[in-house]
Amino acid sequence: MAKVTYIENNGKSHTINVENGLTVMEGAVQNNIPGIDADCGGSMACATCHVYVKEDWFNKIPSKQEGEDDMLDQAYEPKKNSRLSCQLIVSEELEGLIVNLPEKQI
Amino acid sequence: MIKTDVVIVGAGPTGLFCAHQLGIIGLKCEIVDNLDKIGGQCIELYPEKPIYDIPAIPECTGEELTNNLLKQIEVFKFKIHLNQRVEKISKEGSNWKLTTSTQQDFLSSNIVIAGGVGSFEPRKFSIKECEKYENNSVFYSIKDKSIFNSKTVAIFGGGDSALDWAIELSKNSKVILVHRRDEFRGASSSVDKIKQLEKENKIELFTKYQLSKISGDNNLEGIEIKHDDGKVKSLKINYLLGFFGLIMQLGPILDWGLNVDKKTIPVNTESFETNQKGIFAIGDICSYPGKLKLILSGFHEGALAARGCFKNAKPDEKLRFEFTTTSKSILKRLGKSN
Repeated sequence: MAKVTYIENNGKSHTINVENGLTVMEGAVQNNIPGIDADCGGSMACATCHVYVKEDWFNKIPSKQEGEDDMLDQAYEPKKNSRLSCQLIVSEELEGLIVNLPEKQI
Repeated sequence: MIKTDVVIVGAGPTGLFCAHQLGIIGLKCEIVDNLDKIGGQCIELYPEKPIYDIPAIPECTGEELTNNLLKQIEVFKFKIHLNQRVEKISKEGSNWKLTTSTQQDFLSSNIVIAGGVGSFEPRKFSIKECEKYENNSVFYSIKDKSIFNSKTVAIFGGGDSALDWAIELSKNSKVILVHRRDEFRGASSSVDKIKQLEKENKIELFTKYQLSKISGDNNLEGIEIKHDDGKVKSLKINYLLGFFGLIMQLGPILDWGLNVDKKTIPVNTESFETNQKGIFAIGDICSYPGKLKLILSGFHEGALAARGCFKNAKPDEKLRFEFTTTSKSILKRLGKSN
């Protein structure tokens, strides 16, 4: 279990306990947090679960696998700290993770 | 106006197999798709990537799957209407009237929505002012490349469309290619070609840059691009092209009076009918407890939706359950008997 904070583009913040093994995307979708669409259901086939990972966290989390950056090319306003939240698997090490949500996904 | 039993919205694997099931039980159908080709996400997102979870097919690509499904329904001679999106539907007695973006009308007792996650549309620049120049000097696809001759064109993106057009347009235009990172997702042979053209000064390449500003009055005059480290560059250009891949939008389906929950349409699992009589939803677009977004689930959903359509198309007839191996009438429909 890890506490993950999702900050909507309008500043509204949601802190949720997400079970180990779920993805940061699933944590948001299962708790009805607006701003993460996850159209493809978490198979890295779209870019609608795009989040910005707070800078101090970005280097601590497992790095991108092949294909994730290809999808991020197709995201809305990708930045250096962009990730697909379906690729971030929650574990104790992610306790306190903060992600910012983009203005929109599509 | 085309009269039919069923209009299937979406020519992906789910829609195609539903058409097969309709053909088997003796119903007519017409298929409409917004894309310029058949196959839906299989063709648009992963034509060459192998799929491993189609029952009895250990491995096949999206393209092979599509071709096999087409072969399976060939005998029914169903018409597939591409490059058009169903825009409007309205009730006409017990039928639905559908109108597409190219003004094709259908009258049908059933609609099966097999629309995946919606229709594909190009991802656009996030800078609002780009809208003002869209289809004038900002483009997301190219119809007539001659308009770029002897002009300066900035191309954004890192996939095959961006690379292929950069290479092609560099023959007659000044091309500036801009991408948000150093790696390109396009074919490596195209990346090599781009690097070579850059060396020959035929293409100007900016990586780790993104569009930050666009300027001009009636016509586009210039843009500013911003590097990851904050550095800004101004460029004078005539045309701006963006190739960021496709996004999926539910579009007009949202206005059809259907219940929609998180971009999906709730259905009953007996016939996959929606809250509107005669409108069914199958594949990725439908939702019900336990829904899996797998192609095999779409096949099952299509088979049941087809039976649901039968009740509306032929209310006075009783549909008997039959196997393709033994049913004389099915074999006849399949062209397998005299």
